Amino acid sequence: MKVTVKLFASFQTGRFKIEIRDYPDQTLIGTVVRELNIPEGEVGILLLNAVHAKLEQPLNEGDLLAIFPLVGGG
Amino acid sequence: MDKILRIDMSATGGPQQSTEKAGEFAALGGRATTSTIVAKEVPPDCHPLSAENKLVIAPGMLSGTAAAISGRISVGCKSPLTGGIKESNAGGQAAQVLARLGYAAIIIEGLPEGDDLYKIHINKDRVEISVDNSNKLLDNYPLIDKLRKEYGDKVAFMSIGTAGERLMVSASIACTDPELRPTRHCGRGGVGAVMGSKKIKAIILDDAGCTNRPPRDAERFKTANRAFVEGIRKHPVSGEGLPAYGTNVLTNVLNEAGGYPTRNFKTGQFEDASKISGESQAELEIARGGKATHGCHRGCVIQCSGIYNDKDGKFLTKQPEYETVWSHGGHCGISDLDTIATLDYWDDNIGVDTIEMGVAIGVAMEGGVIEFGDDEGAIRLVRDEVGKGTPLGRILGGGAGMTGKAFGVTRVPVVKNQALPAYDPRTVQGIGVTYATSTQGADHTAGYAVATNILKVGGDVDPLKPEGQVELSRNLQIATTAIDSTGLCLFIAFPILDQPETFQSLLDLLGGFYGIEMTGDDIVALGQKVLTLEREFNKGAGFGPEDDRLPRFFQTEKLPPHNLTFGVTDAELDQLYNWD
Ligand code: SF4
Repeated sequence: MKVTVKLFASFQTGRFKIEIRDYPDQTLIGTVVRELNIPEGEVGILLLNAVHAKLEQPLNEGDLLAIFPLVGGG
Repeated sequence: MDKILRIDMSATGGPQQSTEKAGEFAALGGRATTSTIVAKEVPPDCHPLSAENKLVIAPGMLSGTAAAISGRISVGCKSPLTGGIKESNAGGQAAQVLARLGYAAIIIEGLPEGDDLYKIHINKDRVEISVDNSNKLLDNYPLIDKLRKEYGDKVAFMSIGTAGERLMVSASIACTDPELRPTRHCGRGGVGAVMGSKKIKAIILDDAGCTNRPPRDAERFKTANRAFVEGIRKHPVSGEGLPAYGTNVLTNVLNEAGGYPTRNFKTGQFEDASKISGESQAELEIARGGKATHGCHRGCVIQCSGIYNDKDGKFLTKQPEYETVWSHGGHCGISDLDTIATLDYWDDNIGVDTIEMGVAIGVAMEGGVIEFGDDEGAIRLVRDEVGKGTPLGRILGGGAGMTGKAFGVTRVPVVKNQALPAYDPRTVQGIGVTYATSTQGADHTAGYAVATNILKVGGDVDPLKPEGQVELSRNLQIATTAIDSTGLCLFIAFPILDQPETFQSLLDLLGGFYGIEMTGDDIVALGQKVLTLEREFNKGAGFGPEDDRLPRFFQTEKLPPHNLTFGVTDAELDQLYNWD
């Protein structure tokens, strides 16, 4: 299945900003994060189709996954 | 900070000054000081631009000490924008200098007769209030250039641009940064118009010969400060994200979450958000020889700001903050960072709040004055209309509410007539509660529920649901009111919300400085006390529960992509102030 993955802030360094990637059906978000060599502890915000998600959630065809480190502002 | 300077601009024969003992204010600061004095001394039903209003300037409880990141200055008055009480704070050097000079507050009251324009020069030995009409109708950058020649580079300036002189209710008070640029503004609520009504163009603060304020318990204070700095540095938000990308790192976050108000709150996602994101901005700043990391005052250990150079590598403005990039960017359908930076420069130069100005322009776009996405048009409106005080400029300078009325716009994003910042309350329901209920009008900093709703700092409350938002906003509003009194930058909230030991070091910092024991309960009590008196003031000014509401369209228009409306009920909003 195809999933659009977007990376932000420091996660872009040495990786990419946006990519359409191929995964086996029902791949977990956590698996994607690990495959990208992002330490789980550094993940701040996961948005799956604009809704907050957890590492153990499975992905579906056509999903948009945004991965951010912990960030803030105001 | 054992004294208060009082300046009566109405006195016969010209402004009179007197110094009084600080009393209860010696151990208070910032918002607690300004709001207590305004509530005590200003009739809530007075006209904000009349002689009865007072402008109160106060450094924070820890300003002028060796405490890290303690340089926020608070300005208080009755707001000409909201008609309620106002505390607007900014960084820059002023707080540290004023505190080292020993002042817990400056209270400016009355109105002078005639058209003369004054400046106030304060140093260790004296306070001089003098007429200087050569400063008339100068904007902030040329004004500061001129004043630097007169007073040198070892001072801090607070000033108003032409918007303040023209009494526009979006006018700010500028504070200079360490390089003496007028880039840090007490922006919200029209405090610059109150300063302008009192005919004060500039305050020059010179602390030559002064030293840092000494702590009562030096050992405890020093240890606490070390732990505090360590806590700030080790938290990913204050230690990495903010220094590297600034607050504008939020553009992508809010956009991905569908809470980025686009083209005057019509949708929650902007197709060009990535072009104006903090990531793009930092890259551009570095490529042009600017800086992606810069502190607004000496002693800031986060350094969320930066230096934005133009195409030729020349200084254009400080790094525009997230709120500014949004108000002049996505809110107006504008996706060019140079346009946004140019608007930021003009806002600072004329001396207007970047949020109020950007939102007003987006509302004017909705009203057909110019098209959404018209970069040149937006610059023209700010530089040539607001900056020259034309009739159209005065409408825009009157804020988003006035602009909406002038052009028959029904979707006008204001609460208590103050423009909403960069988070849509339909997608970030917690911040909607803060917008609706804050004593200050729509203000994200008053209780930053975005942290818990979206960023997942300090807990996790679902942003799309109304449940738990009132309690969240209440707790944050109380804590923020206390932090706004310490002089510490609000961005310390990220580490202290997540790291109990860093919160403890904050308590020890205050306790060590004043030689007392501070607990979390003391912080809560201080926050509640100040909020209660602010609310009482607003009641006296004519505000009731019906003013603690979002504009109706947030309940009637669904926001894509989540297609939600604001779900917190009026009855729930009325429960926010449940302690008095
Ligand atoms: S973190 Fe940013 S706003 Fe806060 S004091 Fe530092 S530079 Fe100023």
